[in-house]
Amino acid sequence: MQPTDIKKPDYFHKVVDCQWACPAHTPVPEYIRLIAAGKYGDAYMVNWESNVFPGILGRTCDRPCEPACRRGRVEDENSPKPEPVAICRLKRVAADLKDGEEIAARINTNKKKKSNGKKIACVGAGPASLTVARDLAPLGYEVTVFDQDPKPGGMIWSQIPRFRLPEEVIDEEVGYILNLGVSFVQKKITSMKSLLTEGYDAVFVGSGAPRGRDLDIPGRKEAAKNIHIGIDWLSSVSFGHTTKIGRRVIVLGGGNTAMDCCRTSRRIGGDDVKVIVRSGFAEMKASPWEKEDAAHEGIPILNFLVPKSFQVTNGKLSGMVFEKVKAEYKDGKRNLVNAGEPDQFFECDDVLVAVGQENAFPWIERDSGVEFDKSGMPKLDPVTFKASLPNVFFGGDSAFGPKNIIWAVAHGHDAAISIDKLLNAENIAERPMPGMSMLSQKMGIHEWSYDNEIANDQRFPVPWADIKKTLKNVKMEVELGFDAATAWKEAQRCLNCDVQTVFTTQLCIECDACVDICPMDCITFTPDGDEKELRGRLSAPALNLIQDLYISGPLKTNRIMVKDEDVCLHCGLCAERCPTGAWDMQKSLIKMTTAGPAARSPLKRRDRKAA
Amino acid sequence: MTYLTKPKLHHPTLKKNKVGYTRRDYEGRVSTLCAGCGHDSISAAIIEACFELDVQPHRLAKLSGIGCSSKTPDYFLGNSHGFNTVHGRMPSVLTGANLANRDLIYLGVSGDGDSASIGLGQFAHVMRRGVNMLYVLENNGVYGLTKGQFSATADAGSKAKRGAINTDSAIDTVSLALLMGATFVARSFSGDKKQLTPLIKAGLAHSGAAFIDVISPCVAFNNHAGSTKSYEYIRDHNEAVNRLDFWPNREAINIDYDEGAVIEVPQHDGSVIKLRKTNTAYDPTDRIGAATQIQAHAAKGEVLTGLLYVNPDSEDLHAHLNTFPQAFNTLGEKELCPGSGMLEKINAALR
Repeated sequence: MQPTDIKKPDYFHKVVDCQWACPAHTPVPEYIRLIAAGKYGDAYMVNWESNVFPGILGRTCDRPCEPACRRGRVEDENSPKPEPVAICRLKRVAADLKDGEEIAARINTNKKKKSNGKKIACVGAGPASLTVARDLAPLGYEVTVFDQDPKPGGMIWSQIPRFRLPEEVIDEEVGYILNLGVSFVQKKITSMKSLLTEGYDAVFVGSGAPRGRDLDIPGRKEAAKNIHIGIDWLSSVSFGHTTKIGRRVIVLGGGNTAMDCCRTSRRIGGDDVKVIVRSGFAEMKASPWEKEDAAHEGIPILNFLVPKSFQVTNGKLSGMVFEKVKAEYKDGKRNLVNAGEPDQFFECDDVLVAVGQENAFPWIERDSGVEFDKSGMPKLDPVTFKASLPNVFFGGDSAFGPKNIIWAVAHGHDAAISIDKLLNAENIAERPMPGMSMLSQKMGIHEWSYDNEIANDQRFPVPWADIKKTLKNVKMEVELGFDAATAWKEAQRCLNCDVQTVFTTQLCIECDACVDICPMDCITFTPDGDEKELRGRLSAPALNLIQDLYISGPLKTNRIMVKDEDVCLHCGLCAERCPTGAWDMQKSLIKMTTAGPAARSPLKRRDRKAA
Repeated sequence: MTYLTKPKLHHPTLKKNKVGYTRRDYEGRVSTLCAGCGHDSISAAIIEACFELDVQPHRLAKLSGIGCSSKTPDYFLGNSHGFNTVHGRMPSVLTGANLANRDLIYLGVSGDGDSASIGLGQFAHVMRRGVNMLYVLENNGVYGLTKGQFSATADAGSKAKRGAINTDSAIDTVSLALLMGATFVARSFSGDKKQLTPLIKAGLAHSGAAFIDVISPCVAFNNHAGSTKSYEYIRDHNEAVNRLDFWPNREAINIDYDEGAVIEVPQHDGSVIKLRKTNTAYDPTDRIGAATQIQAHAAKGEVLTGLLYVNPDSEDLHAHLNTFPQAFNTLGEKELCPGSGMLEKINAALR
């Protein structure tokens, strides 16, 4: 096999599973170490730079990092319940325990000194637009963010209930961005064509997926008064327009919106709330922890029930009829077929429909120059986020359909790079490489500048406020967050996957010390072969094909060193037992390049200097 | 040395053996030897061998003398019986233990100082008596604990780390064991666990005195150019006469061998040693031939490794002495102290 080229940033980046899985590529182990060291401000800033909303995401993120976390795989067959590090909730710790004034001061140093004379319009004040604004404002751009709602935040404000995300947290983090010199204007943009005539150098569309899907079944019209579209209803609750709901509530749908709907209902009058989903419980789109939270509040989730009709009695909604189905699999595709059981009827006073969201761009004229595909989505370049007009960009849910906050942030970063390059007369298709630094952690013969001891603790649960109180107050936050002591303990579960095992072929004397000490049997010295065959004959079989093999060049005995990255604990014992320093533990700090001079073409920068 | 203990976590696919233990269960405390020491690899091979042999840890006794090598029993089989004896006296303590309790598996671990200098007499006698044990000699050619003076197994002409040339002739422990009547004699290299592990398995199962001389480079004092016990030197001069597969019982054999190149040596306990010859002229059941070949290759500067001699009809000390077939700890006071009547009888028989 070809020896691994560790100079390519992607190789070690991929080893840091959490960072690789994060759409914004947040250097997770770096901030977890800072939390363990009590440097909450520094941990917050690491997050702020890459994901912009540490306090918000620390409560609401979809956590793509956690299923990817190596700790979950490492605990497999070692722990009664293998679980990843509570990455998301540690992020919240950084936000909770930091000194707000210190952060405001540190962020302020990024404030633009003077305008570069270029104007940017962001449509929608959600996470994607705010990220674009955050990235561009410090470079001198004059960014204006438009939204129909009175406060900036977009779906963060309107769709996420306050008992999951308090108002102060949104105000604080949105405030950091506005303080950079970003203007917020409450105004519903109704015409792309006229916006394009208002003298903006670039337009970013981050208007989300604002339309909740409806359910067109018999009785829908007759019972309309008591049937509500989930996201609209949540928004109405958030802004205080809706303050109560009927006693018996049915929530239709299996996503996170459905979970927010049922839990909100429980707090404003619903005491018999149930969620009813078409699919099976296991296939529901909602995050497992959101399902757990609903269950904790005594909300049953009934599955394999397809809505058939709304029942109306005396002109008022009285219940719903469902067809019982079962899943059948054909060629790996799932079909829901009649289970052969009688239809089921459930009484209710109100129904919340949370069966999906759609994009809608009624304000973009079809002759504005922005082209759409057959499904009504804008035609975009998937890397630069450029629409069919050269200075119009999309991001967040409005780009490729509903995703989540962290994806919106990632889109925002990429779109900001495109806008900055475009307005500096550069080829926007040329994308910047991430920055990578490698730093040896060796301080002495047995001393490392990271904590390499492996904690055996299982994941610590986040404490909840008293359920009796939280169910009475729609604004009272349910999760209390880790305290400093528990956060420290949870941080110890992190394996420091960014502290890489770096192998130097020429130094190895093939003494096998690393093979003997490795607790996870990751290392093998063996004759070369092709990857598939090699994976089967290592010290332990390398069955996780997503995880790379680290391959050395040929050694003196003509064998090669193969390390399976899959379940490496990054404990550093290989390096500690290595007599020649062929193994070293080096911290790989990978930072995504954001908009600005670093993201522009180095060649052009030199030209400009020369000129 | 390592300050950290080895993490308890293990690979998710780690298997259990027939007696319900994983390989990790056969480990001991974390090694305090120098990083890269060959002895640690031998410990790893012993762990692997005991795991594969389904040894019940409490049925094995590990005994050692003094020296780097003799510290190693602390680093493997943490749940077995152990005795760290006086310098060079492991063989006699082990002989005593074996006579008292013949039911345990005996593993003696020693080094070149412990066996070839202070304990040379003990080494010779335990071999000639045929004590049922595996004697592992971790041979690095230097006194590591006292900073690298030549030991008695250092080759004449080899160079010390600071440049001194050894003028004494070396004791070849393999030839000595053969001469003394060991019934299982092997040599291996700590850097070749594929060869070493099956040898340890076969040696532990062998009935009688089994001896393995393991060349184990001292990274601190004997791994430089001019040394004849360095990783590089041994790799360059290693002449393996055979590769061995060890099968605990006959039924388990299911690998196709190229006939003619294989020697099958059934053992007393029903286990089988299969040898894949890498040197067709070498017959490991021919004691005189083995002695000659060892000398001949040594004269050429080669280090002969593999199973050098095995006697399939070996017997152990208990058979020689016709001792009572049970371990003493299973006998009651009546059997152990049969009374003055019995003493009279014995005395009368000797008159």
